[in-house]
Amino acid sequence: MKRGSRLSLVVAAAIGLSAAAASAESIKIAFIDPLSGPFASTGVNGLHQYEFAADTLVNAKGGVLGGKTFEVIGFDNQTSPKESLIQLQVAIDQGIKYIVQGNSSGVAHAITEAVEKHNKRNPDQRVLFLNYSAVDPALTNEKCNFWHFRFDANADIKMDALTDVMAADQNIKKVYIVGQDYSFGKAVAEAAVAMLGEKRPDIEIVGNELHPIGKVKDFTPYARKIIAAEADAVITGNWGTDMLGLGKAILENGFKGPIYTYYAAADGITAAFGAAGDGSLRLVAEGPDAPPQTAEGKAYVEAFKKKFPDGNVSQARIANVINMLAGAMEKAGTADDVVAVAKALEGMKVTSIWGGELYMRPEDHQLIQDVHIFAHTKVDAPFDFDNSGYGLKYESTVENASADIATTCQMERP
Amino acid sequence: MSLILLNLIDGLVTGLLLFMLSSGLTLIFSMMGVLNFAHASFYMLGAYFAYQISAAIGFWPGLIVAPLIVGVLGALVERYGLRRVHKYGHVPELIFTFGLALLIEEIVKFFWGTAQVPFLKPESLAFPLFHIAGNAVEAYKIFMIFISMAIFIGLLLILTRTRVGLIIQAALSHPQTVETLGHNVPLIFMGVFGVGTALAGLAGVIAGPVLGTFPGMAIVLGSIVFVTIVVGGLGSLWGALAASLLIGWITTFAASYNVGLADILTALGFERPEDLSETIFRDAWTLTLPQIGPILPYLLMVLILVFRPYGLFGKREV
Repeated sequence: MKRGSRLSLVVAAAIGLSAAAASAESIKIAFIDPLSGPFASTGVNGLHQYEFAADTLVNAKGGVLGGKTFEVIGFDNQTSPKESLIQLQVAIDQGIKYIVQGNSSGVAHAITEAVEKHNKRNPDQRVLFLNYSAVDPALTNEKCNFWHFRFDANADIKMDALTDVMAADQNIKKVYIVGQDYSFGKAVAEAAVAMLGEKRPDIEIVGNELHPIGKVKDFTPYARKIIAAEADAVITGNWGTDMLGLGKAILENGFKGPIYTYYAAADGITAAFGAAGDGSLRLVAEGPDAPPQTAEGKAYVEAFKKKFPDGNVSQARIANVINMLAGAMEKAGTADDVVAVAKALEGMKVTSIWGGELYMRPEDHQLIQDVHIFAHTKVDAPFDFDNSGYGLKYESTVENASADIATTCQMERP
Repeated sequence: MSLILLNLIDGLVTGLLLFMLSSGLTLIFSMMGVLNFAHASFYMLGAYFAYQISAAIGFWPGLIVAPLIVGVLGALVERYGLRRVHKYGHVPELIFTFGLALLIEEIVKFFWGTAQVPFLKPESLAFPLFHIAGNAVEAYKIFMIFISMAIFIGLLLILTRTRVGLIIQAALSHPQTVETLGHNVPLIFMGVFGVGTALAGLAGVIAGPVLGTFPGMAIVLGSIVFVTIVVGGLGSLWGALAASLLIGWITTFAASYNVGLADILTALGFERPEDLSETIFRDAWTLTLPQIGPILPYLLMVLILVFRPYGLFGKREV
């Protein structure tokens, strides 16, 4: 380990020297996410997607602002808010003006607060925070600020789309909600109860509970309760091994109805569910169909899989982040003045390479986009996940989901 | 009523799985006085080896071969690692096994990555054997029960009915005397360590497809195994069995019934405050049994240590 990192430092230094002339014209983007620890596979795969998006969508097309290239630099935060702030400072000290982060809303809260303070104190050294995955609604509501932009649909928007689809399904009479015992799990449960109550008051919530996060060894008792409550559908915001354990236990217990999830795909989860999840697992997210409906999206995934055969294009929004950032720089005519770039991003409307319109709402910096309910089912390579022969296909689509959702954001503009 | 029966079965599966881990650990502890922190790591190795073997030639060969490899690895660790550290006392031994646990986790991550690997149960057992009130009980669960029962009976017979078993029991309490009588005590230690780790490996093979095969699986189960042997009494096979089943049932039943602490408090005559955010006991009014379920075994351990420090079936103090 030690020797490896030292060697890579030497190599990096050598490359750095030889590339010094080229990188003088590059725009650096700091990727602050876990590159070691239990969530390293998600983080490393995310970094690969960023590097690939920058190379394919910007650098290979001649760069921005007359030839400047994008360079994505990984900073390991070990999913810790504290470590993230240290890495943020390191990135700022290196003169990086664009920060991207996504895994964990807890980290996103820490970064958005730190960025706001930093920008207030150092007006000549301001940075932008492009959040591509942290979905806590608060980030674009009471905790919003001018420097934060969210490219994923937030938890409320996803639940809005999900409950739209559930409300249309007359077979669903009883719903069981189960989640991890922390802010996100609670937010999902609250939103589900409120929105189902509004759209389908006849649906009965037969279970609503939280389990300790990462502490449950065997989810069988939970699965028994779900069957015993005669639920027609399950909603869960679980991720990681908690998602896999819960989903497998429910399916093994003979549950045939839909299991609506936020994160039951990629990073080994799709492969581990395999045939068992077919017909039951659903996922609410943005992103392309399998295969992607646009020729550009299709070529993008094919090229990605050629470069990273073990990776997944699991966060399609990363391509949107890079595309919109490049577009905003062109529009602003600068990459150094982040206020101008941020103003160009506000209200920006583009067509995603995955199809569908993207609109960055100026009032809260929440991206409005199509949200889909995906079904876990058989998918041909290379559009499957984990090279398992299974992947995500569209089942229904909510166009420009929650474009008019209310926000409590009171944006202070510089 | 039917849910109680289901919980009894589920708890039995969890308990017997714990037993396979704790039986080896308790034997190793009582014989060598070594708290083997790496025991759960051998469980993880068993699961990963079986995954690799099952990907190549199927689940059933993996069920036999993977525990054997783990057992041989365990014996080698004892022979070339623990035995050398042994003469410096218990603390270096503890540190050695602790380091070994970290090392095994890193090795697993290096070869198989940090994500969960798709280790699936054999298709011949992946069907619901019977239903109780709409709940399926998979054939694989019944298979798990039978395997662990067979292991328990086998161990019991070996320890009480064979010559080897008698020597092991003698070496547990009087190692010097046994050595003077001409028996090779270090070899017995190596054998017990090998068999103990092989049992952990076997537990990994049969638990891997159910509980998931990922680098954190050793940590998830590691601490609870220590609780089991302390509760059961060190060195006691019956104690390990009783404590495993007890903990299996406690955690299963706790996760199954959404009894809130508020219900109990109300039954005791306390009144629920109007505004929860104002009182310092607000957590007590919102907690439910499934939320505190995972800490109940530790609570049990504390109680055992206070009132019966030698455990349920143990003969000497911890």
